[in-house]
Amino acid sequence: MADTARDPPPDHTDFHELEDGEDLFPEPTSTLESGPASLPAEDISTNSNGPKQDSLFDDDTEDLFAEATEEVSLDSPERDVLLSDGPSPAITPITPPISVLTPRIGLAHDDMFTHSSFDEIEEEEGGDSFDMHISVSDPEKVGDGMNAYMAYKVSVKTSMSLFQSHEFSVKRRFSDFLGLHSKLASKYLHVGYIVPPAPEKSIVGMTKVKVGKEDQSSNEFVEKRRSALERYLMRTVKHPILLKDPDVLQFLESSELPRAVSTQALSSAGLLRMVNKAADAVNKMTIKMNESDAWFEEKQQHFENLDVQLRKLHASVESLVCHRKELSVNTAQFAKSAAMLGNSEDHTALSRALSQLAEVEEKIDQLHQDQANADFYLFSELLGDYVRLIIAVKGVFDHRIKTWQKWQDSQMLLQKKREAEAKLQFNNKPDKLQQAKDEIRELEGKVEQGEREFEQISKTIRKEVSRFEKERVKDFKAIIIKYLESLAQTQQQLIKYWDAFLPEAKAIS
Amino acid sequence: MMEEVKEVTSTLSVDIQSIKVTEVVKEGDTLTFLIVSEKLSGTGVYHVDRTYDDFEWLQQHLYSQEDVSGIQGVIFPPLPVKAQVNASAKVIKQLGILGLGEWQPYCKAMEAFLRQIATHSILGKNKAVEIFLTSSDPPGRQRARKNIFNRLSQAMEGMRKEGHKDVDEFFQTERDHNIVITGYAKTAAERFLDVVQTEQKIAVACGHFSTALRLCVEQGEDPDKLDFSKVCVKLSEVFDSIQKNMTSVTENNVSTLGLGLDLESRYQEAEKEMLFRRTCKLVELEITRRNAEKAKPVKKAAMEEVKKAAETEFDHISGVAKDEIARLQAARVKMLQQALVQWCEKQLLTAKESADQFNQHLRAFRGMA
Repeated sequence: MADTARDPPPDHTDFHELEDGEDLFPEPTSTLESGPASLPAEDISTNSNGPKQDSLFDDDTEDLFAEATEEVSLDSPERDVLLSDGPSPAITPITPPISVLTPRIGLAHDDMFTHSSFDEIEEEEGGDSFDMHISVSDPEKVGDGMNAYMAYKVSVKTSMSLFQSHEFSVKRRFSDFLGLHSKLASKYLHVGYIVPPAPEKSIVGMTKVKVGKEDQSSNEFVEKRRSALERYLMRTVKHPILLKDPDVLQFLESSELPRAVSTQALSSAGLLRMVNKAADAVNKMTIKMNESDAWFEEKQQHFENLDVQLRKLHASVESLVCHRKELSVNTAQFAKSAAMLGNSEDHTALSRALSQLAEVEEKIDQLHQDQANADFYLFSELLGDYVRLIIAVKGVFDHRIKTWQKWQDSQMLLQKKREAEAKLQFNNKPDKLQQAKDEIRELEGKVEQGEREFEQISKTIRKEVSRFEKERVKDFKAIIIKYLESLAQTQQQLIKYWDAFLPEAKAIS
Repeated sequence: MMEEVKEVTSTLSVDIQSIKVTEVVKEGDTLTFLIVSEKLSGTGVYHVDRTYDDFEWLQQHLYSQEDVSGIQGVIFPPLPVKAQVNASAKVIKQLGILGLGEWQPYCKAMEAFLRQIATHSILGKNKAVEIFLTSSDPPGRQRARKNIFNRLSQAMEGMRKEGHKDVDEFFQTERDHNIVITGYAKTAAERFLDVVQTEQKIAVACGHFSTALRLCVEQGEDPDKLDFSKVCVKLSEVFDSIQKNMTSVTENNVSTLGLGLDLESRYQEAEKEMLFRRTCKLVELEITRRNAEKAKPVKKAAMEEVKKAAETEFDHISGVAKDEIARLQAARVKMLQQALVQWCEKQLLTAKESADQFNQHLRAFRGMA
């Protein structure tokens, strides 16, 4: 189960910076999960597996993710159960993972957080432009009965220096993917990164496969899942931050992966429920967010609209797929009728032509099936993916509101403490006064932290949204081109069939 | 100039190939068909309007030609089921492919019916045909007298007589074969209709998708938004093309092979009816023979007369039937060939046009930076 020890990526100049400077993350106790196990303990590596600024100040382990699969209230303490199940065991962490970080007190922040963010990583790694192709293939049933599972081969082809070799593959099962998503979500979602959602679980689909039903519907299910897993991974690695996450790298490269224990990962339904609950909670709070930034208001509306439109488009395409499949069935039926007619026909040439007609119709049936698959795998799944992605986007916006709320709460508390302090001063209670002053200093720190977090998440979201919009256009274009190619090919095939049939039809006389 | 022949039977004064049902007009609940035909004299064109009842009038007149020897051996061109405004589900099912669209396939079928009658060597001579095509007044609407083609009585007797063994091997074979082909032809026509109707659903779904895409166009000058809007607009154009292609494919299907299969199916039924009439006559004949045999001397001569008459009639019918069968065979092979060739040519053209369009779209998308 040993993980391959990894050396830090060569271009990482930040690393050296860290060793010199001591002002970046001076607090030794809470650090980010370090990537390579070989890093010295006292410094935080910059190839961190999470957003830097967040790790140290997240005293609030309150997290909404528990909502995803359990009806846990927003303030419940048993929150982390569904997040990353502890540290990624294969990489022995030097320090505890982010999700259970102890709060840091009285840290002097500095501007390193605003610019020592992932902007730098992206720019420094800029020399290595994105060149990676992942395929998920060869689904293989492992085991028997209800304990059986499907193992998929995950193959990577890349020229990027981030990886140890240019072509490699590993075997993964569905819960591994869910585990990966769970880890990424717990690290990145609440600081504003749009983490691509994992493919949906399906009890019915999987049970059929386990039970060993080798029929068309279970084959279709496996293929649908395989395709979804491939798209999921590609989307994840296209994200410049997520690509460098050690969990992602481990997932892709490590020959053995510890089993994800709690794979009740964020299903989209769960995520949506969580988002809705968070939205409700935010609304119920007495102070509503004063959106000073029109950009966010506009974008929020934009994503609401997009959600509605995408769902409509998705429904439309589903209906199209359904009809195409029906057409395939009907064409096959007609082909059979034509064959029967041909067989009973006395007139030789007509009989032959009718039999040829039956053959042509059978071939056309196959074309309809191929087209239905194109409709489905290209458009229907693309739209479905984006509907789920929008849910993640909405979640990120809600986290921003929550972050703002936290900041406001700290401010209010500070205000109260100041008033209390003034009273104490007036009443001249020196011992209590000192305590009050300490508390105030602590709260001032919190307020500053809150403001910084809010600014950071706002900044991150702006970048993420911009990235999302660009990717969206690229994604759609790529799919549309593939679809058009399939359409053009179908017509070419039809032309061939008709060209071949015409002389047969003319020969009847 | 050709003079119009004033006989009980007449020669048609119109060019048969010019007979067209040009349109159908809805007047309340009634459908009125406008029929145009060119005068053989070259002096112009007849325009008449006829309802379905008028077509039935024509048909009844043709049925009731009892003076024509062997008339029961004729395979009568099949008249489509009555088209109705707001037709019931049952009627729509009976109409099959003829019930599609705004009655264009139906008009084509009615037109074919008229041409088939006009070109028939026996039927075309009936003056009812001339009246139907040329008279500006609607032909008499009285119901023709009850005739041998009363379908109801036929249906009742059908069970017993249909299977009655034939005396002529040719006809026995033909009857057996006809039953098989009638079944297959009907099924083929029905399944083809299923294909066509599903294609129509797909065309509609494409239209919806295209519309939904245009609604995704976003306002604003944000370059990413503009890019996405452009993608949506172009994709909606793609689906417009797909819709157009599907609509074309469907039209081609209906207007060629669809009509062909429908006609084949109805003609096989018509032949079945003719063969059945002959079989009924055969049964009658055998009865008269038995009666003649068993007749008491007093009645014997009369019975023999009856028997002879029945034999003669039966021979005539069989003679006409043989000709009709041969005629039908030749006609249907030609018709199906035409249908298949036209179908194939049209689909080939549509496929080429669509391939061009899709390639155009593909180039446009690839060109989009």
